[in-house]
Amino acid sequence: MSDPAAPLLALRGIGKRFPGVVALDGVDFTLRAGEIHALLGENGAGKSTLIKVLTGVHPPDAGTIELAGRPVRPDSPHAAERAGISTVYQEVNLVPTLSVAENIMLGRQPRRLGLIRWGEVRRRAQAALARVGLECDVDAELGSLSVALQQMVAIARALDVSARVLVLDEPTASLDAAEVAELFRVMRRLRDDGLGIVFVTHFLEQVYAVTDRITVLRNGRLVGSQPTAELPRLALVSLMLGREIKLEEHAPAPRADREHPAVYEATGLGRRGSVQGVDLRLRRGEVTGLAGLLGSGRTETARLVFGLDRPDAGTARLAGGGTHRLTPRDAVQRGVGFCSEDRKREGILPNLSVRENLIVALQAKRGAWRPVTEREQRELCERFVAALRIKVADVEVPINTLSGGNQQKVLLARWLATQPVLLILDEPTRGIDVGAKQEIEQLIAKLSADGLAVLFISSEVEEIVRNCHRVLVLRERRPAGEFASGEVELSRLMRAMAEPAGEGKP
Amino acid sequence: MSVRRISPVWWPALGLALMLVANGLFDPGFLRVTILDGHLYGSPVDILNQGSRVMLLALGMTLVIATGGVDLSVGSVVAISASVCAHLVARGTPLPLVIAAAVGTGLAAGAINGLLVARLGLQPIVATLILMVAGRGVAQLITDGQVLIIASPAFAFLANGYVLGIPCAVWIVGGLFVLAHVALRRTAAGLFFEAVGENEAAAHIAGLAAARIKALAYVVSGGCAGLCGALAASHVQAADAYRAGENMELDAIFAVVVGGTALTGGRFFLWGSLVGALLLQTLTLGLYNFGVSPAVAPVPKALLIVAVALLQAEVVRRWARGLWSRKGAAA
Amino acid sequence: MGARAVEPEGGRGVRILRQNLPLVTTAGILIALYAVASFLYDGFLSGRVAVNLLGDNAVLGLAALGLTLVIFTGGIDLSVGAVAGFTSILVAALISGRGWPPAAAWAVALLLGTGFGAAMGGLIQSCRLPAFLITLAGVFFARGMAFQVSTDSVSIDHPLYTRLAELYLPLGVAELPFAAMALLAALAVAWLVGHHTRFGRNLLAIGGNEQSAVLMGLPVGRAKVAAYALSGGCAALAGILATVITGSGDPARGVGMELDAIAVVVIGGTLLAGGRGHVAGTLLGLLIFGVIQAALLFDGRLSSWWSRIVVGLLLLAFILLQRFLASRKRAA
Repeated sequence: MSDPAAPLLALRGIGKRFPGVVALDGVDFTLRAGEIHALLGENGAGKSTLIKVLTGVHPPDAGTIELAGRPVRPDSPHAAERAGISTVYQEVNLVPTLSVAENIMLGRQPRRLGLIRWGEVRRRAQAALARVGLECDVDAELGSLSVALQQMVAIARALDVSARVLVLDEPTASLDAAEVAELFRVMRRLRDDGLGIVFVTHFLEQVYAVTDRITVLRNGRLVGSQPTAELPRLALVSLMLGREIKLEEHAPAPRADREHPAVYEATGLGRRGSVQGVDLRLRRGEVTGLAGLLGSGRTETARLVFGLDRPDAGTARLAGGGTHRLTPRDAVQRGVGFCSEDRKREGILPNLSVRENLIVALQAKRGAWRPVTEREQRELCERFVAALRIKVADVEVPINTLSGGNQQKVLLARWLATQPVLLILDEPTRGIDVGAKQEIEQLIAKLSADGLAVLFISSEVEEIVRNCHRVLVLRERRPAGEFASGEVELSRLMRAMAEPAGEGKP
Repeated sequence: MSVRRISPVWWPALGLALMLVANGLFDPGFLRVTILDGHLYGSPVDILNQGSRVMLLALGMTLVIATGGVDLSVGSVVAISASVCAHLVARGTPLPLVIAAAVGTGLAAGAINGLLVARLGLQPIVATLILMVAGRGVAQLITDGQVLIIASPAFAFLANGYVLGIPCAVWIVGGLFVLAHVALRRTAAGLFFEAVGENEAAAHIAGLAAARIKALAYVVSGGCAGLCGALAASHVQAADAYRAGENMELDAIFAVVVGGTALTGGRFFLWGSLVGALLLQTLTLGLYNFGVSPAVAPVPKALLIVAVALLQAEVVRRWARGLWSRKGAAA
Repeated sequence: MGARAVEPEGGRGVRILRQNLPLVTTAGILIALYAVASFLYDGFLSGRVAVNLLGDNAVLGLAALGLTLVIFTGGIDLSVGAVAGFTSILVAALISGRGWPPAAAWAVALLLGTGFGAAMGGLIQSCRLPAFLITLAGVFFARGMAFQVSTDSVSIDHPLYTRLAELYLPLGVAELPFAAMALLAALAVAWLVGHHTRFGRNLLAIGGNEQSAVLMGLPVGRAKVAAYALSGGCAALAGILATVITGSGDPARGVGMELDAIAVVVIGGTLLAGGRGHVAGTLLGLLIFGVIQAALLFDGRLSSWWSRIVVGLLLLAFILLQRFLASRKRAA
């Protein structure tokens, strides 16, 4: 065994820029052999870019990578693997239709005269699985295994390539508690074998349960790296969110008339594998915030409210309708709008014009045979382009020629054109510049003052505090605190987001 | 930014014009249209008349491709519908009923495709392949493997007659295109098809019944194929289950792609598809005039479609843009 | 998950059976069909009929073998019938028209078929064009070129052809014709390539999850182009074999064969979406296809078009079965 304190992997001054964005700026990262090292940060902090630099998906623009003292510069995942850096992703990157043994040995099957020696393939696969302490039928089809087992197989494959550094990129996102415990057992075992493990996760419980050291990134910069035992939970969350707890920001003044009619009410709303036990009451003229760390179930809750996912527990009632199962179509008909956090996949119609993108929801609400007349369309476009200050010379250009902020404004306009009673905004300010951000926040305030109910989701707590009258905090896919108007304070929200859940989890 | 893009319909139109001119130069009589017995005669009229059936299929195919799918079964549906027509005409069924039966057959076939694609979530190629295989068998079952001769002047008029000097089939198909244009572009239906093809998830969230819209495209395509079967049977005054509609799915897909609608779905160009069908027909006729045997004519067709597909391919466009900007930078 | 030895319910034997459910179903259907046909028709249950199933469908079988490899990757090759037609007339024209020795004509045909497949694969892979569109264009191109060679069928009169046509391998109950021997040999090669080489396994890995295959460092692009090249080569072989069986080349040979070939592959349990399949399944699919054809022939009352309908229904049934299995797996 080499000196456990000597760095196994050392990244120094890593820089990476994409058109218009600096994703990483002079980041250092040091991993020792026999260490489980948590890499943490909120969305856009740069951790996935750092992982991609490490695994050869994106070559860095600046900086050096040293593996066991020797400089390496992986230019593909395969090259990184050969150098000894293997990655296991949340979505297992294996082939579900092939056997466990094949998945472990693909591309490296032992051969004789060009033909695969299947007995040898099975034997080596079994040996690789034994290293992670797993004994399973190597002839079983991978897809027939649980995700947890598939992850173990992926780790076994990574180890068989003789990995010295194992990167686990959100491996626990779809595992249950027992499976997580099993994964941790394997991780500790590999650490004791002298492997260096980089562990990316959203679950703070897990960070404290298994890691030896924590590195936190924010906005593409390194903001701290400390032994896990020396970094209290609240301090960690402050590091991640970039806010000192003492700093107080206050919510907008509470509405004078307290009891606004509720537009939407849900009790005990939940869905297996998504969120559990959510009570939610959305009122006219109020902005309700959903706060929580990444992966806490914010988006999942929004999808249940909009009917995009079918809840399997609890009851929900939308004003003007019963409690029957809601589809997005019903929701839109009854005046609900939903701006997805994934603008590209669930928002824009990329090659259609700004005008068409703007009117599509209104048109869907009316049906195909009652077209929004050309004059109405022109008026809507003029009104919203002016009101939201959308920077576009001609509303006939395809929406994908616009900047992210302007696309977001068009999507907002799409929903506003339907004159909704409830608007669900999932990260409406993500990936857009500061000016546009401010404009959107002002707009939300104005809309709620006009009587709209808003469900506002953001990963930036200050944004929640600035904009919301009341807030529901989620943690580990469960409600972790509700704050009525007047109680919405940064420190209280962050404490609720960080505090461990009542029952001890591994 | 403010410069509006040139409508993609102009490219196939330009191609068609060039091809007509080339043919005209080679054979000055090519473009001449004469009036004989009150009917229009000449190659341009032939192109319209002969191309009408592929135009009709391309009409339905445009919608299917707009939703990001493809309908491989139209050729087989043409055969089934042609056989149904022959059968009904032989029994003395009145013409309107025959046409209704042909269209109905197509709609039913389209409904099967729509069910498989939209409800069961099969890949469009896979789903429509089933009917493509089985459909011809069904057609042969109806005709009992015979070539059924249709001896009905009224029925023959459908594809061979003239109204006001213009072929009846051209009236029918042209009318349907105008009707489709109105139904798609004067309402929001066209936008709905495009939205689903552009981004199904986003369309779903915007409140569109994405699955139903997709299924509808296949039903319309089936209906077009059904009517096309009637026209095909009327044209040759016979129903041949083996040959009717053979390779027509390819022609229809080609017409749509040449017409500027991308196979990935989204924005569609109804009139582009019509021009694309005419372009294919002109190519076929022109090659024939050049003395190329009709059996060999598919070769240039294949080259044309690969060229158009390459022009539309994102990879090739990016490469060309890169070449352009490099040249610009060097200058 | 408490015990680390993970054994899904039912044990190993049951699971292997379940994993190969499409293949097992295919075998079951084949046996059932054959049994029913033997019960209905006198003389169906004979070695000669069984051997003829292979010999009569050898051309289709060869084309289906190459197509199987393409479908492994999740692709499709619609041009197999047209390529077979082109090579059949080319070989006939070269031997009868130009007096080439058969071996040379075969080599040229094989080279052209393989090159044509590789060219289509290259376009599909490098320009990310849809496989069905490019291979559809391939249908037009190859068929047109076939008619360019000759618009009529050309008969071949060569001593080697006469000898091959009379070549039989005595098997006790029946004699194996040359076509069946060629098919079995090709099957053996395809089985080795598909199931016992890294290349073959890479094809399935690509079809199962192309992105994973790239991340695993497998040569994805090369493998895909090679699959289309092999498919073109197999189609060329099918065309050559057709000239041997019929003693002539025909530019219209193999019209619609691509559909039969796809049906044979899918009925053989290979997933059209790629990633799962067996070369052996293609043989079973071919035999099912053959039994249906032979039974219709034996019957005499049912017309031949029933075979198309039955094949279409089987295709539907298998695609739905695969769909059902896939959705159940995701739910589990």
